Amino acid sequence: MLYPKQEVVAMLLAGGQGSRLGVLTHKIAKPAVPYGGKYRIIDFPLSNCVNSGIEAVGVLTQYQPLVLNEYIGSGQPWDLDSMNSGVRVLSPYQQVNGADWYSGTANAIYQNINYIDRYNPDYVVILSGDHIYKMDYSKMIAFHKEHQADCTIAVIDVPLAEASRFGIMNTNPDGSIYEFEEKPAHPKSTNASMGIYVFSWDKLRKYLIEDEDVEGSEHDFGKNILPRMLEDGQRMFAYEFQGYWKDVGTIDSLWESNMDLLDPNTPLDLSDESWKIYSRNPVVPPQYIADTANVQNSLIADGCNIAGTIDFSVLFSNVVVKPGAVVQDSIIMPGSVIEEGAVVQYAIVSENTVIGKNAVIGMRPEDCEDKDKWGIAVIGDNLHIGQGVKVDPQAMISTDIEGVE
Amino acid sequence: MRGNNIMGIIFSNLHEDLISELTDRRTMGAVPFGGRYRLIDFPLSNMVNSGINKIGVLTKSNYQSLIDHLGTGKSWDLSKKRDGLFILPPFANTSEYSNRMTTLNSIMPFLTNSTEEYVVISDCDVVCNIDYQKVCDEHLKNDADITLVYKRDQLPPKLHDPAVLSFDSRGKVIDVLINANINGSCSYYMNMMLIKRELLIELVNKCISKNTLNFKRDIIQAEYKNLNVYGYEFKGFAPVITSMGDYFNANMQLMKSEVRGDLFKGDRPIYTKVRDDMPTKFGLGSKVTNSLIGNGCNIEGEVENCILFKGVHIGKGTKVSNCVIMQDTKVGADSNLSYVIVDKDVTIKDERTLSGFLSYPVYISKESVV
Repeated sequence: MLYPKQEVVAMLLAGGQGSRLGVLTHKIAKPAVPYGGKYRIIDFPLSNCVNSGIEAVGVLTQYQPLVLNEYIGSGQPWDLDSMNSGVRVLSPYQQVNGADWYSGTANAIYQNINYIDRYNPDYVVILSGDHIYKMDYSKMIAFHKEHQADCTIAVIDVPLAEASRFGIMNTNPDGSIYEFEEKPAHPKSTNASMGIYVFSWDKLRKYLIEDEDVEGSEHDFGKNILPRMLEDGQRMFAYEFQGYWKDVGTIDSLWESNMDLLDPNTPLDLSDESWKIYSRNPVVPPQYIADTANVQNSLIADGCNIAGTIDFSVLFSNVVVKPGAVVQDSIIMPGSVIEEGAVVQYAIVSENTVIGKNAVIGMRPEDCEDKDKWGIAVIGDNLHIGQGVKVDPQAMISTDIEGVE
Repeated sequence: MRGNNIMGIIFSNLHEDLISELTDRRTMGAVPFGGRYRLIDFPLSNMVNSGINKIGVLTKSNYQSLIDHLGTGKSWDLSKKRDGLFILPPFANTSEYSNRMTTLNSIMPFLTNSTEEYVVISDCDVVCNIDYQKVCDEHLKNDADITLVYKRDQLPPKLHDPAVLSFDSRGKVIDVLINANINGSCSYYMNMMLIKRELLIELVNKCISKNTLNFKRDIIQAEYKNLNVYGYEFKGFAPVITSMGDYFNANMQLMKSEVRGDLFKGDRPIYTKVRDDMPTKFGLGSKVTNSLIGNGCNIEGEVENCILFKGVHIGKGTKVSNCVIMQDTKVGADSNLSYVIVDKDVTIKDERTLSGFLSYPVYISKESVV
């Protein structure tokens, strides 16, 4: 069968474990982590693809794929369920000469050259599944064409103090890249790579195949493919992105990025009709806010039942907050229950967990004597935290805790 | 398990004159309800949750918004290769759909070409969560020809041609009174029945040939003595929408947790078409109590005893109490609304005061600017 040509195919790297998110990714892959009261992280790149006119998206998974696969399903929530294109989940598979896990980001694409080839694309966009941002990839592709580039890397201006956490692109005045530094101690510029690449497919294809045979290669875009292309004098350009972009790969950044949604000055408008973020919607009734409730500056999703005090927090669907319970500066994921009198502050509570009566989770930074011991408290999914239990700031809980009298 | 031996038929456009304000530009089935639903979501979801896989929706006119809502039936899992959702408008002219009998007659090919043994028939003006599988179980147990679903309660005052049923000790119908003058509690027919498909075809054909076209009188009342007609009492929350006051009250009942528990059962959810709105945003200084709120709202003012549908904005300094506000309506700053039903896409500007009364809520029509 001949597939209709797709000018652009997007490949979304969703295989990472996201170990820095601790209990939040024990059972699910990082792109499936809930975000913003109703989304999962992967909704952002998938919606960006659809809104940018990209019709073929391969999602590369290998770590804990059950929830992610089920979530993506047919791709229908993102309109990615066309007859010959749409979203395809690409897991590692057995081949004639053996089976391999994806050994690196480049290897994951290499193992799926067949998937890309059947669309005969001119360009391939490589995306990652751990960033919150809205971006029109079609503009980046236009930039790529305009500069007759072989590879275009999206960059964002980061504060100099943080630049050493990123891959830094040093560019000539025309935007072409002359040097690529991975997490430099003394960064020369503040152009941080966003992990979004546009490649001309014939070039990328060649480099992927060559890289497979390179002894000692980690088969990684940042470490192997990009430096090799630069060495060979390929045309590589930095595409400057302006707007909200956040890596949500750590507990702190995930918490901050959720809280950003409560700040009217954050340049990330999820109610913008022209660039919707789509997601799979649960079948639940509207939220109910009871007489005893006091809700301030928060995001609350369908199906919640709120009788307590909610302040500066993000509540996902079907969360129950009983009378007298207090949730402040926290994220409560779908289906969790905060019992009477419990106090949750500066915490992330994962899905379907029960916080028992009068339990105290986390602490306000100003109440913490030893500032080094302060941090976001995290409670895993499907747990039961007993009555009166106190969970310290920074704690990461992955087992039930029995109540105290 | 899906796919049983029952098919469903929904009348989406009956009794619209009773709430003519809300049905001015939509069918009864498309009337918004409960913060995120349309009335047809209830019979559709009930049928789907009862394992019914083939549903015909009868609609006479004004059905743009209904068709927009139903789409392919995907939201109810009715977008299928085998069976699924069938939208059945009149073939040539609306006079075919002038009453239940002629309507059923004009969809005769849909009925005769089906293979299901039973048909569940329902209207759209009763809001409830009913398991038709249980109705069917009773029907089989009684070896019934027809099972009528009824409610035991005060007769809703404006109910159109109410049929009041009497039963013997085994639940068999022994009397049917239509439009009787009844005080106090009685067993009234909820316009939902289970009937053998072939029997329905036979009865409709018979009535058409005799030109006796009143479904209640010429089938139920005329035949209960000849056939095994049984009742099935539905005991849950089931308001009939027969007036704007009823509509308002039925919405307000949802503030009771036992009513929500009865209507929105976790294992028998009410499906609806969902738009991708963000979660609702509560601003600094907002005050919300005893309210049911859809996604995508932006609340900066005060909300008390209200139903807000998706995408409603309540401005700073505004107070809304005892209101039903439908999707995407924007209320500006420093306004005051009490006992108002506001339809979709209405703009209420700053410093407006609108006030109705419990027994007579004010209605603001779709896309108005106040």
